[in-house]
Amino acid sequence: MIALQQVDPNGSRPAGDALITATDLHKRFGASVALQGLSLEIRGGEVVAVLGPSGSGKSTLLLCLAGIIAPDTGEVAFRGRTLGGLSDTALTRLRRDEFGFVFQFGQLVPELTAIDNVGLPLRLAGLKGHDAEARARSWLERLDVLDVADKRAGDMSGGQAQRVAVARALVTGPRALFADEPTGSLDSLNGEMVMDLLVSAARDNGTTVVLVTHEARIAAYADREIVIRDGKLAPAAVLV
Amino acid sequence: MSLGHALLGLLEDRPRHGYELKRLYDDRFGGSQSVKFGQIYTTLARLRRDEMIDIAAVESGGGPDRKLYLITPTGVADLERWLVEPEPPTRYARKVLFTKVVLALISGRPAHEILDAQRAVHLIQMRELTERKRSGDLTDALACDFELFHLEADLRWIELAGDRVERLRADLMTSRG
Repeated sequence: MIALQQVDPNGSRPAGDALITATDLHKRFGASVALQGLSLEIRGGEVVAVLGPSGSGKSTLLLCLAGIIAPDTGEVAFRGRTLGGLSDTALTRLRRDEFGFVFQFGQLVPELTAIDNVGLPLRLAGLKGHDAEARARSWLERLDVLDVADKRAGDMSGGQAQRVAVARALVTGPRALFADEPTGSLDSLNGEMVMDLLVSAARDNGTTVVLVTHEARIAAYADREIVIRDGKLAPAAVLV
Repeated sequence: MSLGHALLGLLEDRPRHGYELKRLYDDRFGGSQSVKFGQIYTTLARLRRDEMIDIAAVESGGGPDRKLYLITPTGVADLERWLVEPEPPTRYARKVLFTKVVLALISGRPAHEILDAQRAVHLIQMRELTERKRSGDLTDALACDFELFHLEADLRWIELAGDRVERLRADLMTSRG
């Protein structure tokens, strides 16, 4: 038998080296409560899976942590800076320069080629066309999709498109990557390939990953999991 | 397989006779193999020796199966401890996992607590398998996939079982008005 005890999910974590801190987040959408008093810490370089049933608030949490939506009350801090205290411009810059995003589908521009899609955030950040293309090419190679560099996103398979999306999310060298069901539209083998490449690339770059998933097999790529239920963290069961 | 804990679980809501315990056990946990009367009575004798159960009454008419068994506070405490302990994630523990989850759910214990505890233990093993798969050869990958999908299936089954029991409970509440 295995002995377990219930602990506060962040209680045993060392304080002080948190990259992302959420404190007492509350968020409602009309009558529906998405988050109710959720607090957590994520350290730099960690790969953390966020698990929970449908409607538990895990995607809302991801959007709050990434500064895409603001909580009704409570605070999110990134490297000690409170997101709620930033101007819209500063927040947009933070998202562009420090964050990467991968969603279940639809994040590529279908009319653009793979290489233009991956180069897009670099051009937005002011990089010259040639440099942006060279860096985009090296990321496509790393994600093993260089062969579709000149294909339009709309003409790629789901697995190829997700790998291009991961390349685009990581090409700017973000400190944090936010991924919401990144393998949700893929078959098992393509999902595994995307997760392998995503996690390896993130670890090589020291990128922190927050990964929302409902699949335990996908969560098993993470260093640890947090479980959300009814907008709150479920107490974590740890081995003693 | 912990027959003793399964019997304690079946005795938790009310006292029962040995033959009734055998029938219930076969119905709920037996699958294609029924448990032998001998095993039931040996286990009941051990539980009684360990003060987990007691005899509430002996009905006239003779025969060992006329005893009415009753769970003791020690038995309830032992059952409680066993039910909340997650199972080691091995293929051989699956039958125990099944029995434990069914007993916990039908006795009204919250499904999500069982799921969360079991998932924490399963994920430790799933991480090791994922790492082994990433660094191993094709044979490793195939073997790890086999384990990973079965472990994931355990968790999905606990979740579904919990939802099913909760829906049934909600329906019962509604029909009672």
